Amino acid sequence: MQITVKLFATFREGRFSVEGREYPEGTRIAVILSELNIPEQQIGMIMVNARHAEPDQELHDGDTLAIFPLVGGG
Amino acid sequence: MEALHEFLQSSAIGDLLPWPVQMEAAQKFDVSCGKVEDTALELGLLPSRYQRNRRAISVSQQLTLFRSRVAVIGCGGLGGYVIEELARLGVGTIVAIDPDVFEEHNLNRQILSTPATLGRPKSEAAAARVAEINPAVTLIPLQVAYSSENGEELLKGSNVIVDALDSIPTRLALAETCTELGIPMVHGAIGGWYGQVATQFPGDDTIKKLYSRWVAGKGVEQELGNPSFTPALVASMEVAEVCKIILGRGATLRHRKMVVNLLDMEFEEVKFERLLEAVTE
Repeated sequence: MQITVKLFATFREGRFSVEGREYPEGTRIAVILSELNIPEQQIGMIMVNARHAEPDQELHDGDTLAIFPLVGGG
Repeated sequence: MEALHEFLQSSAIGDLLPWPVQMEAAQKFDVSCGKVEDTALELGLLPSRYQRNRRAISVSQQLTLFRSRVAVIGCGGLGGYVIEELARLGVGTIVAIDPDVFEEHNLNRQILSTPATLGRPKSEAAAARVAEINPAVTLIPLQVAYSSENGEELLKGSNVIVDALDSIPTRLALAETCTELGIPMVHGAIGGWYGQVATQFPGDDTIKKLYSRWVAGKGVEQELGNPSFTPALVASMEVAEVCKIILGRGATLRHRKMVVNLLDMEFEEVKFERLLEAVTE
């Protein structure tokens, strides 16, 4: 299945901004996070198609996955 | 009071009230500069300092801003600029909350910090700055740390709360208090070249969503620090949100966040799907 993966801020470094990627049907978000080497403790929010998502959620063909790092300074 | 009305009306130039007249009226009638401003605005007279607000903000809207109270939580990178802009905008009462004093590493970005203010409380520097730039505005400096325990006392009576904090858990606590008190909260956060802004109205769980994966520690700012330009930009966006909330104008960042990436110079709007309950409210 085709998943559009969007990375924000520092997560782009050494990776990419947005990419269409191929995954087996039913792949969970956590698998993609570990494939991309994104440590879970650096993540602020995960969204799938504008909805809030958790790492154990399964993805479906055509989904857009967006991963945001924690930004907390003032 | 009738005499004050007459004085202001006869001294105005067109519908503009020059600063020397505002000062003279305060002295002559033994009232505060703020009282003169309130009275003038009520009479439809615009203190001349706001004349360049005119196309964007009407006299009656200027009065609404003047009668509003905004609490700014944190007087550092974001908070300093937020306070500066709120005071120049003409928000009548600003509550500035920060437990800290200025340190040397603040000087690269915190507009209220100067070598002369090192070691001085940030909230006190905010009061001094506002007294200097707009004496009609009341700034209430509170050198305390925001917490769930003192939250209600600190925030009650405010029309809008501005998040200028540098701690994620304190932000989450602030969001909860804002919901309990039914006060809109404008969220801003920065780290390095990056920033984000969002507005949470009572009943929304925006802040909780933004930090839903947080377990401990700080964000990207820990590694990247904060250069001068990111807080200035994000603070300005926060103040624009405050202005719109108070005046009930435009489209706020409710149910969405604006993600700022100054390294690649990209602004991206991220929309949150609204809950069914929120839609039917």
